[in-house]
Amino acid sequence: MRYLPLTEADRASMLARIGVAEIDALFADVPDGALLRDLPDLPRRKGEMEVERILGRMAARNVAASSVPFFVGAGAYKHHIPATVDHVIQRSEFLTSYTPYQPEIAQGTLQYLFEFQTQVAALTGMEVANASMYDGSTGTAEAVLMAHRVTRRRKAVLSGGLHAHYAEVVRTTTQMAGDEVVSLPPDVTASEDIIARIDDETSCVVVQSPDVFGNLRDLRPIAAAAQKHGALLIAVFTEAVSLGLVESPGAQGADIVVGEGQSIGVPLSFGGPYVGLFATRQKYIRQMPGRLCGETVDAEGRRGFVLTLSTREQHIRRDKATSNICTNSGLCCLAFTIHMSLLGEAGLSRLARINHAAAIKLADALAAVPGVEVMTKAFFNEITLRLPKPAAGVVETLAGQGILAGVPASRLYPGQGLDDLLIVASTEVNTDEDRAALVTALTGALA
Amino acid sequence: MMNRQGRPSSTEGSVLAEHPTFTGNRALAQEEPLLFEIGRADVTGVDLDEPEAFTPRLGGLERTVPIGLPGLSEPETMRHYVRLSQQNYGIDTGLFPLGSCTMKHNARLNEKMARLPGFGDVHPLQPVSTVQGALELMAELSRYLTELTGMPAVALQPKAGAHGELCGLMAIKAAIAARGEAETRNVVLVPESAHGTNPATAALIGFKVRSVPARDDGWVHIADVRPLLGPDIAAIMLTNPNTCGLFEPRAKMIADALHECGGYFYCDGANFNAIVGKVRPGDLGVDAMHINLHKTFSTPHGGGGPGAGPVVLSERLAPYAPVPFVVDVEEVSYKDAGPASVSALVEAARGRGTVTSDEVLALRKPELFSKDGWDAAVAELRAAGIEVTGDPSPLVVRHSSLDLIEDAAWYDEDAQPFGRMVAFHGQMGMFVRALAYMLSHGADGMRQASEDAVLGANYIRASLSDLMSLPFGDKPCMHEVLFDDTWLADTGVTTLDFAKAMIDEGYHPMTMYFPLVVHGAMLIEPTESESKASLDLFIAAMRDLAMAAKAKQTERFKGAPFHAPRRRLDETGAARKPVLRWTPPAPVAAQAAE
Ligand SMILES: Cc1ncc(COP(=O)(O)O)c(C=O)c1O
Repeated sequence: MRYLPLTEADRASMLARIGVAEIDALFADVPDGALLRDLPDLPRRKGEMEVERILGRMAARNVAASSVPFFVGAGAYKHHIPATVDHVIQRSEFLTSYTPYQPEIAQGTLQYLFEFQTQVAALTGMEVANASMYDGSTGTAEAVLMAHRVTRRRKAVLSGGLHAHYAEVVRTTTQMAGDEVVSLPPDVTASEDIIARIDDETSCVVVQSPDVFGNLRDLRPIAAAAQKHGALLIAVFTEAVSLGLVESPGAQGADIVVGEGQSIGVPLSFGGPYVGLFATRQKYIRQMPGRLCGETVDAEGRRGFVLTLSTREQHIRRDKATSNICTNSGLCCLAFTIHMSLLGEAGLSRLARINHAAAIKLADALAAVPGVEVMTKAFFNEITLRLPKPAAGVVETLAGQGILAGVPASRLYPGQGLDDLLIVASTEVNTDEDRAALVTALTGALA
Repeated sequence: MMNRQGRPSSTEGSVLAEHPTFTGNRALAQEEPLLFEIGRADVTGVDLDEPEAFTPRLGGLERTVPIGLPGLSEPETMRHYVRLSQQNYGIDTGLFPLGSCTMKHNARLNEKMARLPGFGDVHPLQPVSTVQGALELMAELSRYLTELTGMPAVALQPKAGAHGELCGLMAIKAAIAARGEAETRNVVLVPESAHGTNPATAALIGFKVRSVPARDDGWVHIADVRPLLGPDIAAIMLTNPNTCGLFEPRAKMIADALHECGGYFYCDGANFNAIVGKVRPGDLGVDAMHINLHKTFSTPHGGGGPGAGPVVLSERLAPYAPVPFVVDVEEVSYKDAGPASVSALVEAARGRGTVTSDEVLALRKPELFSKDGWDAAVAELRAAGIEVTGDPSPLVVRHSSLDLIEDAAWYDEDAQPFGRMVAFHGQMGMFVRALAYMLSHGADGMRQASEDAVLGANYIRASLSDLMSLPFGDKPCMHEVLFDDTWLADTGVTTLDFAKAMIDEGYHPMTMYFPLVVHGAMLIEPTESESKASLDLFIAAMRDLAMAAKAKQTERFKGAPFHAPRRRLDETGAARKPVLRWTPPAPVAAQAAE
């Protein structure tokens, strides 16, 4: 087997050194009957070519985003990733290292984490950011738990613009912990009155912008109202590129900002791995979940970096920890950081403008399709359409024609009367031809 | 002085100390500033064309505050991160004996497979008909995981081991709630030797944590568990093989005792690498166990993640598994959201004379996903005088045999999902890599890998036990061997010092000070990826160091590492005055403020 260096002779001499006659003597603590005699009922080893053939066949049954006009978003976005990113993250020293518990031989990881934290703090307009959560959805649940700790209250209010899956993850996690969650109904046009739902028992209000339907929301009045009641504003985003063009949540008064970083450097990969961005105010750092990298000096006074404030974490605090997270999204942080370094402020804001311009073009073109109503007025790169018939069937029909048109709202909100809504995203990868193909196909499907 | 391979190793009259450089660089060892110190706000390494002029529709929310993100050109970016990488130790650099972490070889075939456009470039919310291969891969991975563990079901979504623990405990909590015992059954037992994530996870969802004391043989004793059992016990979280590197011989008895008292048996499967193809946790009464794909199944640790932590579930917990899950449409029945059947659709459409193909597909009857089934339905409608308009998606009819259940309301089995753990469907990128590993090894290779991992750890034990102390006596271990620091008594050298001296010898240290039940713990896990020659060199280095420690050559240890990119770092200072991000040096900050 190509991955196993020991030869039969090696094994025999090692057993001899150990002083046992056969390998199963080392499994003597396994109770009688539980040690398997037969191999598991699975195929035998395979060479590289055969594995490539099998997995290649499976991969070929999927429609890759790059191979079709592609407008699917709703929490994960198709962006171009510079070749440098994927090369560097595959360098052995990054790919095959562990969590930097031995900082003297992990400065590479620690320095990029410090850069990552700085970039995320800058992007979100916050004072500090951690070294990642698993993804945006689990990060949002952690943010709610953190708000409960900070405020010593146990009620979260979730906007109807929060991604359905994020809301479900928050509900599942916090209700299991016995906390209260108030979820507002799906809010397609950003018209809910969330401020009216904040009271003196509210620990946090969770608002996404751009929201799941594409609407940009003004966080400032919500931040002010939250503050008045002693509650925290948790601002969520799923499209990190939007922050290149839109006022940062921090500048709008958010107390915790949490989002999905996939758009910067991380491939779609059918939903994971992604990278959760998590930022807050300096005064809350001891309540933060997740790892933090900090600057320090070594014994010769040279600058270096270490994991720090770990007395918040599970390996020190056990059942009193701020979170149970251990393995996080390290390598995706690196991808994010490299892509962000390549973009820089100039590149990111241009990329954001391209996305916004693409979405404007798309909105105007789709508004002209008979029967289509564009529901979203203020947006970044995503809009919601009302169609004259159920969107799920339309999406299937267009998929059959080789166009991936978007996400039917009914997929995220089944049985909630949103069947005629279609969520459509447009990014820098879409060409004018892509948009024309969508318009033509949609016109046909609705005729 | 010559090293064991006959190459000079001496640093006497150290070149480093006696020949300082102006730059602080030492040839290939380069000092690298922070991105923020070399980047410029107006530089970008990505060529993008400015879009045609447009009027923004941002609702007045345009950014007013600059972000403060420097950029680098492409060559600068490459050099910056390559230099950083050279300050890191990885598995590809050398033996990485980090106990409990299973730092085995990461095959590049697996990377290549995860990057196939059909896996890497697929959106989680594409129509199910366009991701049949992705669902097939998830189903196949599930088959492997359930077969290897002897468990009936698996939830793939958890994003790492700790998240898997959360998934398992949530299923347990849901099962307890379904029995009406939510209020009363709220204690989780956790042995003192457990990983910190175990108690942290239990506490996260409101369980009380009670610890099970450690014994001096490294095992959890049924006699210590039994007195703690009662109507308030929800579960025990037992690691097996345990964190002391030993198989828990009484695991099944403990499981039975838990079940008798109405509780559940959660197994922390972080150490599954010792027993793949040798022992099936399902045979030992396990109700839930997470599998760290980034350990046992070799998806790269990537400097701290991402990982994946699928959880296998017993018959009793399977109904509570979270959404989403993959099902074979041939084998399930769906609840109907619309009319219950084609005949009901006939009723509904009477008078209209037509139905759309979308309406028919919306019935979500499994038979509609085959060509024959589709034709039969169309014929039935036609016989009732109703025409089907519009073509069904050819993709749907031709390919769909797997479906993704994201909302249990569709699904007619006795599923009662406890909810959802993540947006989307889990760590697909890791699923591909893990399945590539499993296909490559096969049943025979996986069993051999476990045997080799156990063999290697015992070989190290046998080769070091005369010098270093084994806390539980000289008995066989699983895939990792645990030493304590008794043997260092009176040497002035601590476990930490010893670890840092290993760095100078070119090794990543073992796991230190874990598990907590052993003083000065040193947990060594070589994995199956090491050749005998590599193990022999490691053992020789460890023996040399051990003898130096016993000979009280403390300076070798106290100041170590001497040869790493950094000497020991001031962790206390870092925590006392946390600096968690770069800020511009004062004068620049003052300018920006103007
Ligand atoms: C015994 C044990 N349990 C649980 C975990 C947590 O796993 P993860 O880091 O994947 O969350 C680890 C590893 O870190 C471990 O060693």
